[in-house]
Amino acid sequence: MIHKTSPEVGGMGHSIKRKEDLRFIQGKGNYVDDVHLPGMVYGQLVRSPYAHARLKSVNTDKAKKLPGVLAVITGEDLAKANLAWMPTLSYDKQMVLATGKVLFQSQEVAFVVAEDRYIAADAAELVEVEYEELPVLVDPHKALDPDAPLLREDREQKNNHIFHWEVGDRQATEQVFEKAPVKASVHAFFPRCHPAPLETCGCVADFNRATGRLTVYMTSQAPHVHRTVFALVGGIPENNIRVVSPDIGGGFGNKVPVYPGYVCAIVASLTLGLPVKWIETRSENLQSTGFARDYHMTAEIAADRDGKMQALRVKTLADHGAFNAAAQPTKFPAGLFSICTGSYEYPNAFCEVDGVYTNKAPGGIAYRCSFRVTEAAYLIERVVDVLALELKMDPAELRRKNFIPAAKFPYKSSLGWTYDSGNYEAAMNLALEKIGYRQLRAEQAEKRKKGELMGIGISSFTEIVGAGPAHTFDILGIKMFDSCEIRVHPTGKAMARMGTKSQGQGHETTYAQIVAQELGIPAADVTIEEGDTDTAPYGLGTYASRSTPTSGAATAMAARKIRAKAKKIAAYLLECNENDLEWEPGKFYVKGTPSKAKTIQEIAFAAYTNIPPGLEAGLEAVDYYDPPNLTFPFGTYVCVVDIDKGTGEVKVRRFVAVDDCGNIINPMIVEGQIHGGLTEGLGIAFMQQIDYDESGNVQGGSFMDYLLPTAVETPHWETAKTCTPSPHHPFGAKGVGESPNVGSPAAFVNAVVDALSHLGVKHIDMPITPAKVWKVLQEKGVAA
Amino acid sequence: MIPPAFEYLRPKTIPEAVAFLAQYGDDAKILSGGQSLIPMMKLRIARPAYLIDINRISGLSYIKEEAGFLKIGGLTREADLEASALIRSKYPVILDTAHVIADPQVRNLATVAGNLAHGDPANDHPATMLALGAQIVATGLAGERIIPIEEFFLSVFSTGLKPGEILTEIRVPIPPPRSGGAYLKLERKVGDFATAAAAAQIALDGKGAVQKVGIGLTNVGPTPIKARKAEEFLRGKKVDEANARQAGQLAAEEAQPSSDLRGPAEYKRGLVKELVKRALSRAVERAEA
Amino acid sequence: MAKTAEQLVRVTVNGRERQASVEPRLLLVHFIREVLQLTGTHVGCDTSHCGACTVLLNGKTVKSCTMFAVQADGGELLTVEGLSANGQLHPLQEGFKEEHGLQCGFCTPGMLMSSYALLRNNPRPSEEEIRWGISGNLCRCTGYQNIVSAVRYAAAKMANDKTAPVEMAEVGGTR
Repeated sequence: MIHKTSPEVGGMGHSIKRKEDLRFIQGKGNYVDDVHLPGMVYGQLVRSPYAHARLKSVNTDKAKKLPGVLAVITGEDLAKANLAWMPTLSYDKQMVLATGKVLFQSQEVAFVVAEDRYIAADAAELVEVEYEELPVLVDPHKALDPDAPLLREDREQKNNHIFHWEVGDRQATEQVFEKAPVKASVHAFFPRCHPAPLETCGCVADFNRATGRLTVYMTSQAPHVHRTVFALVGGIPENNIRVVSPDIGGGFGNKVPVYPGYVCAIVASLTLGLPVKWIETRSENLQSTGFARDYHMTAEIAADRDGKMQALRVKTLADHGAFNAAAQPTKFPAGLFSICTGSYEYPNAFCEVDGVYTNKAPGGIAYRCSFRVTEAAYLIERVVDVLALELKMDPAELRRKNFIPAAKFPYKSSLGWTYDSGNYEAAMNLALEKIGYRQLRAEQAEKRKKGELMGIGISSFTEIVGAGPAHTFDILGIKMFDSCEIRVHPTGKAMARMGTKSQGQGHETTYAQIVAQELGIPAADVTIEEGDTDTAPYGLGTYASRSTPTSGAATAMAARKIRAKAKKIAAYLLECNENDLEWEPGKFYVKGTPSKAKTIQEIAFAAYTNIPPGLEAGLEAVDYYDPPNLTFPFGTYVCVVDIDKGTGEVKVRRFVAVDDCGNIINPMIVEGQIHGGLTEGLGIAFMQQIDYDESGNVQGGSFMDYLLPTAVETPHWETAKTCTPSPHHPFGAKGVGESPNVGSPAAFVNAVVDALSHLGVKHIDMPITPAKVWKVLQEKGVAA
Repeated sequence: MIPPAFEYLRPKTIPEAVAFLAQYGDDAKILSGGQSLIPMMKLRIARPAYLIDINRISGLSYIKEEAGFLKIGGLTREADLEASALIRSKYPVILDTAHVIADPQVRNLATVAGNLAHGDPANDHPATMLALGAQIVATGLAGERIIPIEEFFLSVFSTGLKPGEILTEIRVPIPPPRSGGAYLKLERKVGDFATAAAAAQIALDGKGAVQKVGIGLTNVGPTPIKARKAEEFLRGKKVDEANARQAGQLAAEEAQPSSDLRGPAEYKRGLVKELVKRALSRAVERAEA
Repeated sequence: MAKTAEQLVRVTVNGRERQASVEPRLLLVHFIREVLQLTGTHVGCDTSHCGACTVLLNGKTVKSCTMFAVQADGGELLTVEGLSANGQLHPLQEGFKEEHGLQCGFCTPGMLMSSYALLRNNPRPSEEEIRWGISGNLCRCTGYQNIVSAVRYAAAKMANDKTAPVEMAEVGGTR
């Protein structure tokens, strides 16, 4: 049971203003590039202009002679220390600095260190590299051809195949397809895109020769994991490494991997005994760091004539670029893609994914989604719409017919996931009501008579977040628990530290609210810290919407341990039996005599000044939480678009987002997350792609061509909620930060296709640019 | 991100600036708004050894009508155009254009002169000035020289400015009564260069037929394009739906777009047709108002 | 590459006179962040698109990454650090906090400066005018909606107009 706390206490459900804002609005944030240490020098990477080439020579003489240059490190230098290669988070390895060959345009070849970044930039130009070009592979469909260029000569397996992964019952599914009266299929490409947080990646590596300690200030979403990786890769004792992830200007998954720049900066610092700062430029960020998606997917549904879906078959080709630098839980090379059954009941399903190498930047990461969940949600919501077209059924009605009914939860999908809770129909009904669905369909019918184009797109997505239970989830072997440590001070204030790391999600506020809810200590009195591996308990970090499901749960559990001890202290102070006490947020009172009470502040004071015999002093607890399951937030988004027949421009007229993330800590913060994620989805659906030409030259490698929506392109988002708590989470919450990026691309695409479906259009791949729409209009003979 | 080193010169007068240009020739570049030049320097595509900062030269920032011309000074910023009551009331095509150049911060520094002198077919003012039949005033060691706008754009990044000349003034003939103009730009997002854009400026006679017309096209060729065939077709005619469409078609045939990240050539041609049609209609609306 | 002669740059920054000798090629943003050590102004890109570096020079917003420090010589610079006076938050700063107009905070200084200039030129902007006014500032976290609310909050506060309704973002609300 969740007690209601007062606004002054600010527990669950209160939209209290954010505690972290004060420093940001005054320009006093402490981001990595703000870190300034005495004697600090600057590093810059030299990068390959070629996508695939032998590295013939690297001549650093001229660069080293430039006044102000302290060092130039090459792959050969690193190889001497066995550091030219490093492990990735997917059990592959990646070159730190190239030796032998380069495998993607912009790959790291050398690292110059100079007194300031201007000299470093000049020095980088003076490094002379000789390349011998090799044939380039950019089409993943050709990666497994017998005559495809072999990219990874370092592997035992001499082809470009990374993995094959499958789940479900292939045979049973095929049998259903053979007999099915109705089939629908779609081939949907989810383009390579990039999280592009506004702050690029970087670090200050500071090896202190006097103490033997290495401190790395780093844009890290997972500081503890990074510390462990540095210890394993660098051979530095883990107790002598401190990773500090200070204020982070957005992550969205981009700041989960370990990048060559970090390793080079650390090596340089160890070599020079000076702090070395490395901050990448935006172009470097877009061209070499963790991209997302790049999935070529085919989905087929077998259904009865009345629209009841019987089987789902999915086949995907995953383009991982030159190294498999994806951050995935070990058992899941294709992440949680098997959530592709979505919100529907499929008695039979089968899903297979093949990963291949190409001459592109390595990856991919989970860009504001939980490990390939966006790809899955997009695919299922697209193919369901295609089925609706095939059956000439209203897409909302087709969904309603096939939703997993609320009564069936927890629900085990035929691809192996046990969904914790859901009420898909309620969310969809609310969305349809808010958008005025029936009137819109009537308007569409009228408009079609006049040759005007408008579309309504529905996406009823189910996500899977909060990785994850130790029995199934680990990254590089480290189980995916998370943690919280709380200390209550004598004067009743508290401090709590977690193993996660906010990059804008508002943890300093929301975690304080969890403590406020559980202990009744006002959120304003609870200081939250994350990101310093010397002080925070070990955690796996923040990505894949896992913080609330894991560390949030750990916070509640730690607080409950404190409450259990507080109860003992209260009983001692009130001279009664523990069983005679009742709790309401902030105090224990004697059953039937509410005036006989002790506040949490009084109890805290007593924990240091009037300790019950047999109890230790202090009032604190640690919890490492192993979630029993993932959580499954869901929702329905509805998008209305109008198409300009003369230019192909698509205007989003309205967008209603109904999200269900169970019990909410701070509604204001959740709403902000939805706004942000929908805007990212808008960019992906209409504007963004990182592409490569046949020579492997990157297109979309700067903000000139990798387009982020401004306030002008971004529509006004309408948000609403339903609430279906998670039965296994300590306070019934699920994650939510990523739902809008997961669920929205399908809503946008479904809307555009819906606008054109009466002309026979079934699918258009993202990004849906005006040029693409215009071409369709020309082909269908309806251009202005 | 980091530009190469250069020597910085800050002349106080135009003659001083011109003298520097003559002295350093190809090694020097003029810095006015810098919103095109500095990004190129940061990418190390442009590497001038000398930068001649003309921003402190007084008397170069003005918008006035004089002797039959609208005169815009060489240091007039896009934001100045947006704030000018004169531009807003009498030259809506210029206001339209200024509005869609980059974003508010860039417009505070970017100059109209720079937008023309840079020679980038993707810049917006060239098409508008072509439609307006403007004149460029170039100042060099030998003094002032007038270049008609139709002769000004030679090829990509190459204009009629001779080495050693600075663009010091733009002159637009004051339009006759019953004039109107419009600039329509389709861009991938606010702040981008045009996928395609069209400027139309017309003057109507007493019967509502086209007496004067200028149509300019942005970013659909190696230079901005004056759509002469479309202009010729419209002279003496009323701008009705059919004529506007036909003019658009003719302009589209005169365009020479290339396929690139902004879209296929075919699409850009289609856009020219549509945008010219719409710009003409808007111009007529304003002329008749 | 020989070093070029350094130039003296004198600027009034947030009301205080500062000066330094710098290379001509030193970008204004680096001058602000590293010479003046005001790190509130941020670098978010390398092609002059993101606006995180926005400051006011002589009363107008500029992208400080697309200017050289020497160009600011003799001028007046206002950065985010200069927005609050005597420890009092500017209404815009208050608005960003009240309306949840920031998440990671990286775009926030630039947004504040652009909004500041917008409200100075247009004290009662419509939603469309606000979106247009911040069109040179990119944000990845907020989707801009609460930033619009924050600017309206500030506009209302600055106009001290008690009769005008202030449309604040309703929690979980719709239009």
